Amino acid sequence: MKLTLKIWRQKNAQDKGAMVDYQIDGIEPDMSFLEMLDVFNEDLMSKGGEPVAFDHDCREGICGMCSLYINGEAHGPDRGVTTCQLHMRMFKDGDTITIEPFRAAAFPVVKDLVVDRSSFDRIQHAGGFISVNTSGNTIDANTIPINKKDADEAFDAATCIGCGACVASCKNSSAMLFVAAKVSQYALLPQGRIEATDRVLNMVHQMDAEGFGNCSNTGACEVECPKGISLENIARMNREYMSASLKG
Amino acid sequence: MALDSKIPSGPISDKWTNYKDHINLVNPANKRNLDVIVVGTGLAGGSAAATLAELGYNVKAFCFQDSPRRAHSIAAQGGINAAKNYQGDGDSVFRLFYDTVKGGDYRAREANVHRLAEVSTNIIDQCVAQGVPLAREYGGLLDNRSFGGALVSRTFYARGQTGQQLLLGAYSAMNRQIGRGKIKMHNRHEMLDIVIVNGKARGIIARNLITGEIERHSAHAVVIASGGYGNVFFLSTNAMGSNATAAWKIHKKGAYFANPCYTQIHPTCIPVSGDHQSKLTLMSESLRNDGRIWVPAKIEDAIAIREGKKKAIDLSEAERDYYLERRYPAFGNLVPRDVASRAAKERCDAGFGVNKTGEAVYLDFAAAIQRYGKEQAFLKGIDANDKQAVTKLGTEVVKNKYGNLFQMYYKIVDEDPYTSPMMIYPAVHYTMGGTWVDYNLMTTIPGCFSIGESNFSDHGANRLGASALMQGLADGYFVLPYTIGDYLSPDIKMGTISTDTPEFEAAEKGVKDQIEKFMNNNGTHSVDYFHRKLGKIMWDKVGMARNAQGLNEAITEIAALREEFYKDVKVPGTDKGFNQELEKATRVADFLELGELFAKDALHRNESCGGHFREEYQTEDGEAKRDDENFAYVAAWEYKGKPSDAVLHKEDLVFDTVKLVQRNYK
Repeated sequence: MKLTLKIWRQKNAQDKGAMVDYQIDGIEPDMSFLEMLDVFNEDLMSKGGEPVAFDHDCREGICGMCSLYINGEAHGPDRGVTTCQLHMRMFKDGDTITIEPFRAAAFPVVKDLVVDRSSFDRIQHAGGFISVNTSGNTIDANTIPINKKDADEAFDAATCIGCGACVASCKNSSAMLFVAAKVSQYALLPQGRIEATDRVLNMVHQMDAEGFGNCSNTGACEVECPKGISLENIARMNREYMSASLKG
Repeated sequence: MALDSKIPSGPISDKWTNYKDHINLVNPANKRNLDVIVVGTGLAGGSAAATLAELGYNVKAFCFQDSPRRAHSIAAQGGINAAKNYQGDGDSVFRLFYDTVKGGDYRAREANVHRLAEVSTNIIDQCVAQGVPLAREYGGLLDNRSFGGALVSRTFYARGQTGQQLLLGAYSAMNRQIGRGKIKMHNRHEMLDIVIVNGKARGIIARNLITGEIERHSAHAVVIASGGYGNVFFLSTNAMGSNATAAWKIHKKGAYFANPCYTQIHPTCIPVSGDHQSKLTLMSESLRNDGRIWVPAKIEDAIAIREGKKKAIDLSEAERDYYLERRYPAFGNLVPRDVASRAAKERCDAGFGVNKTGEAVYLDFAAAIQRYGKEQAFLKGIDANDKQAVTKLGTEVVKNKYGNLFQMYYKIVDEDPYTSPMMIYPAVHYTMGGTWVDYNLMTTIPGCFSIGESNFSDHGANRLGASALMQGLADGYFVLPYTIGDYLSPDIKMGTISTDTPEFEAAEKGVKDQIEKFMNNNGTHSVDYFHRKLGKIMWDKVGMARNAQGLNEAITEIAALREEFYKDVKVPGTDKGFNQELEKATRVADFLELGELFAKDALHRNESCGGHFREEYQTEDGEAKRDDENFAYVAAWEYKGKPSDAVLHKEDLVFDTVKLVQRNYK
């Protein structure tokens, strides 16, 4: 396949950055999108250019490190996959592909397509845990029975990989889906109920402090989420937040 | 230096308890005066950092990823073993211990493995308390499944994402301590050397991967939790960034490297599709519960399939060779990983491979779909001879069990595994070898500890499924927090360690010199060019089957490639900022040394055991032939300037509890 790539190039956080056009040939449909970029970078380097920086690690859709806004969609045109699992068979010969970083005020660009998502970590520091010591002296695991439906729903929320596609897809750059997933996981489990009030207040407070926008229920985040995290989690977080605010 | 494993005396079941009763403790007020560096934030590093911070130590944690949550433990699929005996099927600490020693082909240290089995039950309690959503039954209690090499159901799981959920548990425990200021987290930092002061590990040199700045960090002890070295093969199931640099740097400063040749090649991975391949994807071992592995019985059919003239489904039962069921009737498709991998290679080498590269076998679910379909039809009162209805019902059952894996396969290969069999081939997955540690998990550098996959201690020559997660969390949550206190107790009055010393300066200079050399090298080939070449040598000559001739060639070729690398590698851009090519260069430089030591270790071990198969040492029917008389030891290598000069030290393995026998899966 022969393709035209329009790629965001930005030297560092201070640089203004711009889209740059490139041509590439010899791409096979079986390549993953990131393997296409590997081939592209090798080619660029052999011509004396500097390779395009992009984040990636596990390349099997679970670590959440890869990002990329491809043709106007977080993780590209396929559904239920991260960019590393997107394959070139989704494109055709002669296509023009636009590749940008995940854009949000709370995700400043580090270089080219690499962004800083440490704002997500800071939200987790504010309350994304259960305050139990890792001493090994906790009670036996089976003394807390949890009904399967709650356990499964908590699991569904817990599968969030923290990639930030929800933020990149949202016109308000809202992180509600990400925060709601963690709040929901713990809110659904008896172990998590004990601190539920403080947790939702602290996490939402930190989310606002990081400069993420508000949720206006358009649902783009749910569509683009590679793990299919449901909007119901946002509804649950809103309920948790309301009742916590009344208590608080 | 003689290797002292510091195994406590007494009966095996009392060693750990007695040990804990007699070690030196540090009082809580003094822990505040002690700093600990933890490199790596996977299951081992993350759990260690969180626990040490909770105890009161000041922890400085480092990871090269943008967040601790990305560490490659996250990709573990299957599950985690624990001797809970919730199923009442006869499990016990002793059985888990015994299975692990046997599964490791009798090349692990008994005392360490027993301790691992003892603390395994604590892990599950801990994780549930943390809110890790492990799978449950309808009654609300935890569910289990069974894995290879065991006769009981002791594996806890969270669908096909157990590693992810356990890691997020450890990450949440870290977050709590980061929020309290007890862990200072350094994301996007890579350790590039260790600093030794008066014979003790007292700090590291790290590169800030965003600014390019070279930083000095001091501590009273350094913990390496940087994972395995599978990426020495270039293609593996490891993450792209997984590397051996931290482990190799401490090796060069005095930590012995043990059993580098023990590498696990996992039998069920998606085959290589072309030269552009960047990594390999695992299909969980759990698939072998229901999938049947086969190749065509006649070579003409294999050729026709490779040429696209025939399809798998065109072949009748009689035209198929279910070679695992044929060779190992007792265990069939559930033989251990090393055995299954070699059997696949044997068939493909003989010309029976089924994809265009000739390196793939089938993993077929058609029989399982029919079996489950008939069961469902019976339950629902549908005619079991209605093939279409049965297939539909059976497909639903398989989808419920393995849906996410089938979807992953479909996305990568673009073929529907429900209607045509999966194609699989073995790939490098895990490294049992690693830095040598004593019972305290301390390396031969005082004050430098190594935990999780980066050490060698618990899996011998072959790791059983669902044991890596167990070891990582055992080391980090329950073992290291005790042993490190014993080491640190004399240091309570030391105060903060200055980084303004000749030792830090020398280490920093070494790092800066290496980086400067890469930046000014003006070579012609990229880092990946050399990494791919190294991987090909490793896979062809130090891979699933090894022989003396090939290993000797590999040693020469790797040394030559290393020389070429330093002469001709090209690193574009600047070292004063984010530069992924430079990151790769420093990592591949270390792989080019490690690969040679790996081959040297494989050459010296004149036996076959677990993941190490020497063609010269096999039984008449092609099985691994161990030599307990001459090789029941840990090979710990001391660095002496270059890999070829490494000096061998032996730790004899004493088996007081388990009797050494030939593994038999027939």
